[in-house]
Amino acid sequence: MTAVSPQSRSNLSLAQRAHNIRHHALRMGEVQGQGYVGQALGVADVLAVSYFHALNTRPHDPEWEGRDRFLLSIGHYAIALYAALIEAGVLPEAEIETYGMDDSRLPMSGMASYTPGMEITGGSLGHGLGIGVGMALGLRRKGGGQFVYNLMSDGELGEGSTWEAAMGAAHHKLSNLICIVDFNDQQADGPSTETLSAEPVADKWRAFGWHSQRVDGNDLDALVAAFDAARAHDGPEPRVIVADTRMCRGVPFLEAREMTHFVRVEPEEWGRALAVLEEGAPR
Amino acid sequence: MTHAARARKYEPRQAPTERVATSAMIASLAAEGYDTVSAPFGHALAEAARHDDRIVGLSADLAKYTDLHVFAQAHPDRFHQMGMAEQLLMSAAAGMAHEGFVPFATTYAVFAARRAYDFICMAIAEENLPVKMVCGLPGLTTGYGPSHQAFEDLAIFRGLPNLTIIDPADAADVAQMVPAMIEHPGPVYARLLRGKVANVIPRYKPDYRFEIGRAQMIREGRDVLVVSAGIMTMRALDAAEALAADGIDVAVLHCPTIKPLDTDTILAEAGKGRLLVTAENHSVIGGLGEAVAATLMRAGITPAFRQIGLPDEFLEAGALPSLHDMYGLSTKAVGDRIRGWL
Repeated sequence: MTAVSPQSRSNLSLAQRAHNIRHHALRMGEVQGQGYVGQALGVADVLAVSYFHALNTRPHDPEWEGRDRFLLSIGHYAIALYAALIEAGVLPEAEIETYGMDDSRLPMSGMASYTPGMEITGGSLGHGLGIGVGMALGLRRKGGGQFVYNLMSDGELGEGSTWEAAMGAAHHKLSNLICIVDFNDQQADGPSTETLSAEPVADKWRAFGWHSQRVDGNDLDALVAAFDAARAHDGPEPRVIVADTRMCRGVPFLEAREMTHFVRVEPEEWGRALAVLEEGAPR
Repeated sequence: MTHAARARKYEPRQAPTERVATSAMIASLAAEGYDTVSAPFGHALAEAARHDDRIVGLSADLAKYTDLHVFAQAHPDRFHQMGMAEQLLMSAAAGMAHEGFVPFATTYAVFAARRAYDFICMAIAEENLPVKMVCGLPGLTTGYGPSHQAFEDLAIFRGLPNLTIIDPADAADVAQMVPAMIEHPGPVYARLLRGKVANVIPRYKPDYRFEIGRAQMIREGRDVLVVSAGIMTMRALDAAEALAADGIDVAVLHCPTIKPLDTDTILAEAGKGRLLVTAENHSVIGGLGEAVAATLMRAGITPAFRQIGLPDEFLEAGALPSLHDMYGLSTKAVGDRIRGWL
């Protein structure tokens, strides 16, 4: 598809945004011949709703004090967040060609010092939520109305630090903290439910004192409703949205593969993946 | 003496003829004759916070045991209890630093170094955030046993880029390092002396002022140069007094900043032909001694070199004074070893 300039994007539908995010991510994967594109395709709808419905940001001023913070705890999802930041106009689309290369602002794992809009250095999993607790405390001290969003994965539910932070957030009544769990049931060694199962996930968060929702993470309407409910909830609890997503969503021949954590895509398959994605583009 | 107590696990013991109370977590390390200052860290931080709104305090269920309760009482709305959750403590401190605050995070050194290391590394040091970690029970300052004895914290932290590391000697160092840590733009790890802390250095050098990155000669001497940090500066100064009576003239170069090391001063003093002895309240592996040794080797200045520090073993539990004698950290042990090396 042809690129759409940021200026002309303001009225695009969330479906179109999600499609464009998938497109940008596949293009980065094609440039590097590899990447966590399965996660990017799966979480694209969550990012579309985050950046084009929920978050209060100024694309041309990524460090604006009044912005909602968006923490990418899962550093390996950087390819997905870059795609969203490109779609939002924070990063120029032309930098897709630099993905993962020397001197790029788009390293394969997300780091705060490299990329505008990347709030924290993720990658060592289980860090984002605790940092989010501190940010939410800090924002409350400053009296701001901003939300802190932390995007994490189901694999990170295995990290003890996640639950330390979950307890801390509830104890300190951080109603300005919204955690999104991308539940794609895949981690490095296989399905997360077969690796170290965290089920029942939504109940666990509820037991830890959170306002907890579980939704289809590839259903834009359901995501919009969940984000709205999380922000509007009238209570002192921190909020979590467990979003069930499908790895490689939007490219069925990749979606069908068994091992999708670092999905193998042959050189000749990138063009096919982009074409298949285009066939499913919103009209 | 290695693991002597544990090797006799199945031997019943008799009550000792002389009772020695173990000091658990509240040991005062002051030798007899020193004035002490109560909770110098807590008071210095509370005072600094009066003039600096950025300062907040966080602890992992050890505020009372790290003197942070003094700050918490003075500024209750700026104290955040993180509970027994050191990973949360460090990552939340990082989050508050992101938002423009200067967080002081306290726990015991063992828990910071061993349990929260990845969070200190990636959430704090990699982003060069101004989180100030002030951690109690450094080295052998409790007889409680290895679970609470941070004999290897400096070895763990010295490899971490961006991190400044301080091992203060006395109440003056502890009080003066607080404003210096606030002024320093990056992350700092400081070993804490808490409770009643001796005032040592001002007795020898009334005009002493702590500065990050600066080693200072506290006592001049012709025969031996001791390069020391932490409570071992107190031990070295006391031992030097005793050795002076035997006509042995010992210089003490106090080096409270372990990283970045004041290599210029160390090399200038090391080149004067004296026996060089490093003295640290830490394992002989990975701390001040090896940092000084590497500095000397890199510069090609190689005086006779000896190390005073804790052995490479898990230390025993017991009464702290006995343990300091056993492991060579007492004033007498330091003096005896130096005498033996001459």
